[in-house]
Amino acid sequence: MTAATETHTELNHSHDDHAQHGMSNAGYIRIAIILAAMTGLEVSTYYVDFGSLFLPVLLILMVVKFFVVVSYFMHLKFDNKLFSFCFYAGLFLAVMVYVIALATFKFFAA
Amino acid sequence: MSDVAVHEADHGTHGHTTSTGLSNNKVAMWLFLGSECLLFGGLISTYMLYRGRVSVGPRPGNVFDIPFTSVSSFILLMSSLTMVLAVSAAQNRDDRGTTLWLSVTALLGATFVGGQVYEFTAMYNEGLGFTTSLFGSSFYTLTGFHGVHVTVGIIMLMSLVGIIKRSTIPGDKAEVVELIGLYWHFVDVIWIVIFTLVYLIPA
Repeated sequence: MTAATETHTELNHSHDDHAQHGMSNAGYIRIAIILAAMTGLEVSTYYVDFGSLFLPVLLILMVVKFFVVVSYFMHLKFDNKLFSFCFYAGLFLAVMVYVIALATFKFFAA
Repeated sequence: MSDVAVHEADHGTHGHTTSTGLSNNKVAMWLFLGSECLLFGGLISTYMLYRGRVSVGPRPGNVFDIPFTSVSSFILLMSSLTMVLAVSAAQNRDDRGTTLWLSVTALLGATFVGGQVYEFTAMYNEGLGFTTSLFGSSFYTLTGFHGVHVTVGIIMLMSLVGIIKRSTIPGDKAEVVELIGLYWHFVDVIWIVIFTLVYLIPA
C-alpha cells in the first residue's frame, strides 16, 4: 500500500470514527427525554410547594441540565481536553465575576 | 502514517497541520464560547443585583408568565436535540437529513424568538419599559442579548441549509455543521441558566 493510499484509508477510517463520535441518535433522544423531565420538575416548583428544598432543587437541576447538554450534546465529554479547558476557563471566570460582583455589592453597599 | 497525522485526522483537520493537532476552527469556536460565558456572566450578575431595584413600575412577579416561558424553554431545549441530530446526519454524510434537522432547528428557534417578542410586548403593555426601573433595564438587556444570539443562530442555520443545498462548502461539511451546532447548544445552555435564575427563582 502506498503512503498516499494508506493516508486516504486512515482518513476514511477516521471519518467513520467521527460518525460514531459521541452517541447514537437513540442515545441523544434518551438524553433529551431526561432533560425534558428535569425541565418538567423545574416548572413543577412553580406550582408545588417544595419548602426549604425549593432553591437547592432548582439550582441542582440547572447545573445538571447545563452539564448534560455541554457534555453530551456538545460532545465535550468525548472531545479533546483542550476544548474543555477553553470553555471551562471562561465559565470559571464568569462565575468568579458573579461572585465578586455580588460580594462587592454586599460589603460596600450603603 | 505518523501519530501526528492520525491525530489530525481524528479531529477533523483533514491533512492540514496544526500546532495542536486539532482543528483550528473548533479551537476558535470553543475559545469564542468561553468568552461568551464572560459576556453572559456579566449580564446575569447585573440582573441578579438589580432585579429587586424597582421604585416604579411592575415587579418581576407581576410581569412573568411562567407557563408561557416554560413552553418556550421546552421548545429551545428540544431544538438542541434536533441540532445534534443534524450534526449526526452530517457526520453520516446524509445531506437530506442534515438539511431537514437544520431546518427544524431553525423553526424551533424562530418559535422561541417569536415567543420572546410576544413576552416583551405583553410586559411593555403592562408598564415595564426599558427605562422604567433597574429591573426592567437589566431584564431586557439580558434576555434581549440572548434573543439576538438565537436570531444570529437562526440566520447561520438557514444560511447553512442554503449552502449545503448548493454544495458549496469546501472541505468537511460535518465540521461546519458541528461548529454551528456548538454555538446553538451554547445558546440553549445559557437559557437553562436564565430560565432558572431569572424566571423560576423569585426576586
